[in-house]
Amino acid sequence: MSVPGQWYLILAAALFTIGALGLLIRRNVLVMFMCIELMLNAANLTFVTFSRMLGDIGGQVVVFFVLVVAAAEVVVGLGIVVAIFRRRANASADDLHVLKG
Amino acid sequence: MLGAVHPTIPDSLTFAVSAAVILSGAVGVIVSRNAVHAALSLVATLFGVAVLFIEEQADFLAVVQIIVYAGAIVVLFLFVIMFLGVDRRENVADEPLRGQRPTALLLVAIALGGVVALGVSAHWATGARAVAGSTTAGHHANVYVLGKSVFTTYLFAFEATAALLVIAVVGAVVLARRPRMEESAGLTGDEPVADEPDGDPAEPDAADGSPTHEEVSR
Repeated sequence: MSVPGQWYLILAAALFTIGALGLLIRRNVLVMFMCIELMLNAANLTFVTFSRMLGDIGGQVVVFFVLVVAAAEVVVGLGIVVAIFRRRANASADDLHVLKG
Repeated sequence: MLGAVHPTIPDSLTFAVSAAVILSGAVGVIVSRNAVHAALSLVATLFGVAVLFIEEQADFLAVVQIIVYAGAIVVLFLFVIMFLGVDRRENVADEPLRGQRPTALLLVAIALGGVVALGVSAHWATGARAVAGSTTAGHHANVYVLGKSVFTTYLFAFEATAALLVIAVVGAVVLARRPRMEESAGLTGDEPVADEPDGDPAEPDAADGSPTHEEVSR
């Protein structure tokens, strides 16, 4: 009937990989946040896929909670970005070295 | 239900199109020079994931994905991008740390290889009984089953997320406030009454807010 779960898992692994790569190579804080969202979505896709493969609603419940935590994370993260922008008008992670000894 | 080995043509087509949208959107996020374009590519990825949620009979999550992610989170991203005025182009080809990109590629390739190798070799899906209830318990709709599970088995976690959301909102408000009243009073030469938190907060905001806006929006 449906596409096998392995295909979904491979797709989720690819999506997670792209997100991790973006997080490592991009310097813009906002784009790095978006890459974190990509990785969260890959994990969500994996959870839903296992939920379907095992016939267990628990995977979907976990995705529900991940959505909530992702929303909270974005709100606080963007608040931090806005607070940083008060000090310096630049969104590059390279400039955030004031804690460096 | 899961016994069929060969997926039907519509299912395969849906999966293929969604996968193409997801992956192209994800690549768009990490290669866009402009942060706004990256956010719009993110919308494409989120939408593709929502389609796949529907394909996997997770209807409620698909709707929530559209509303919360594409409707709220991406709008928040775009709002912050435009509020801060960072929607100018960024030189992606510039590499501040030498050798960072090859190293990142290598590390990510190792991680992907590890995940795939584990997925192929390990046998973690034991086929044990579902503990949270079946996805189609008694042929109920997805929303019914999910809601029942959230409000019974996972009630404590659900309440904890409520507390988490309140904390996040309070934290965001605290972070987004103007830095400090005495600082702004010292900068603007305001009377010390401005230290009082609820003594007309609009005036010191406007006093030290305007140079910041000019500086940022340039």
